[in-house]
Amino acid sequence: MQDKETLKLNKLEADSKRKNTIYRWILYFILGIFVIYYLTPLYVMIVTSFKTMPEIRQGNLFSLPSSLKFDAWKQAWDGTGYTGGDVFLKPYFWNSIKLVVPAVVISTLLGAINGYALTKWRFKGDSYVFLLFLFGTFIPYQAILLPMARTLGVLGISNSINGLILVHVVYGICFTTLFCRNYYVSISDEMVRAARIDGAGFFKIFFKIILPISIPIIVVTVIWQFTQVWNDFLFGATFSFGESAPIQVALNNLVLTGTAVKRYNVDMAAAIITGIPTLIVYILAGNYFIKGLTAGSVKG
Amino acid sequence: MFWLKKNLPKLVLTPSLGILSWFVYGFIFWTIYISFTKSKMLPRYELWGIEQYIRLWKMPRWHVAVENLLIFTVLFIILCIAIGILLSILLDQKIRAEGFLRTIYLYPMALSFIVTGTAWKWVLNPTLGIEKFAHDMGFETFKFDWLVTPEMSIYTIVIAGVWQSSGFIMAIFLAGLRSVDDEIIKAAKIDGAGIFSIYSKIILPMMRPVFMSAIVILVHLSIKSYDLIIALTSGGPGISSDMPAVFMTTMAFHRSEVGLASASAIMMFLTVSAIVVPYLYSELKREDAR
Repeated sequence: MQDKETLKLNKLEADSKRKNTIYRWILYFILGIFVIYYLTPLYVMIVTSFKTMPEIRQGNLFSLPSSLKFDAWKQAWDGTGYTGGDVFLKPYFWNSIKLVVPAVVISTLLGAINGYALTKWRFKGDSYVFLLFLFGTFIPYQAILLPMARTLGVLGISNSINGLILVHVVYGICFTTLFCRNYYVSISDEMVRAARIDGAGFFKIFFKIILPISIPIIVVTVIWQFTQVWNDFLFGATFSFGESAPIQVALNNLVLTGTAVKRYNVDMAAAIITGIPTLIVYILAGNYFIKGLTAGSVKG
Repeated sequence: MFWLKKNLPKLVLTPSLGILSWFVYGFIFWTIYISFTKSKMLPRYELWGIEQYIRLWKMPRWHVAVENLLIFTVLFIILCIAIGILLSILLDQKIRAEGFLRTIYLYPMALSFIVTGTAWKWVLNPTLGIEKFAHDMGFETFKFDWLVTPEMSIYTIVIAGVWQSSGFIMAIFLAGLRSVDDEIIKAAKIDGAGIFSIYSKIILPMMRPVFMSAIVILVHLSIKSYDLIIALTSGGPGISSDMPAVFMTTMAFHRSEVGLASASAIMMFLTVSAIVVPYLYSELKREDAR
């Protein structure tokens, strides 16, 4: 009986092998088409950024630049060759760095300690507290923009990087707590219980036992927060303008304003510069990045 | 001292809970309240009934925004899920260089909507973009000017949105496929089922929770979509590609219509809640059952 079944399986597998070669060609062909689909805009951005404006008007989207010219990149970065009044990215890039670092560190730390308190020191009603955080990850920010603008004004930090740090920490906590809570829930309580019997307190257990084993989730959380804060436009555009704007707002201004003549090469160079930090993180830590994405949206 | 020790976990959570109840739930209630007032440039606190909601639903511009949201959401969901399923099934066939392909399919997700919008605005440029390329290839009459055509501008946002998010849906479905037991597929093969019917009749129906998550994520993304529209069309030409999120910020910060803007924000909030609350409820029930 067992033999018959294996024989049948073997025959089936041999059959399918022949069919497979054709299938696999089709398969790789379709996968290849999608590679082209996803890479085309990036390719267009890169070649355009190295062209001169006359080249852009003469050639087409996909034609290669005649030589590697970094003029557009220099213009996009620090305004080299500008007539004045135009936006360039350098100061805003640093604004975003000054914004991202504290916002990510504070929200991640708070998230880790919240997640730990919610899972390893359970108390009555803790699941309702968690629900408050969870629902907070879904709210459309339009529902909080107006009171936030007023609150920042009252606190005297509207149109400042500190104000944006506050905003990103406040709304980031929901995500960081969610990530860390879901991670700690899957970790056995044994070690914590043993440490508690030995008389270790809340913070001692957190720093000595929990934090050392939290590296994976901390990396996921940091990457998620970094991407969120770096890529944010809504908060940046609403709560800051002029000199304290973050990079996404600056990029949008650069593309929209600029001189009378459109400079598509500068636009593309600026878009690439804006995208580089998150792309680097994605390439270096892709798996953590994907984990964050799925954890951030498929809750639970 | 004993009290402190016993309540330390709650004390640690207190600052975050304070922040949450003020900046999230308090703010939402404030916005709800303001949506029932006559607030114009500054908030006013005398109640005005549901007048703002009546004004909102009488505004042609709001109807444009809601219609666009519907068009965008439906197409965005269908296309992202179709591409996501196709790519995840193909990648699940023990493909060489799977990791490499996955990296390429997913990288747009690392970019901001502003970067994506800027890139696609150039690709779709009516004179120098794809249209020029087609002309150079010899298709002299080819026309592609959706960006500046009011009836078509919303579809350019669909194109860019699908490009950015479909790889992510692929990743979710791939994770779902990987959690399906291999034995089931083997058994079906022995019974003589073809690869197509195995997926369409056995595996995909098993992935109902994945479909649910994907749809909730995509609806949520489309209701919140703001950056992409600003970067790609700025809601134009005219107001032809307006969406609720853009409507809200315009009314709030450029038109001094704080009450009306709040009413539109609350409409968005209610829509998201109507989708998310049942979803969270079923997810939490599933978790309890485990």
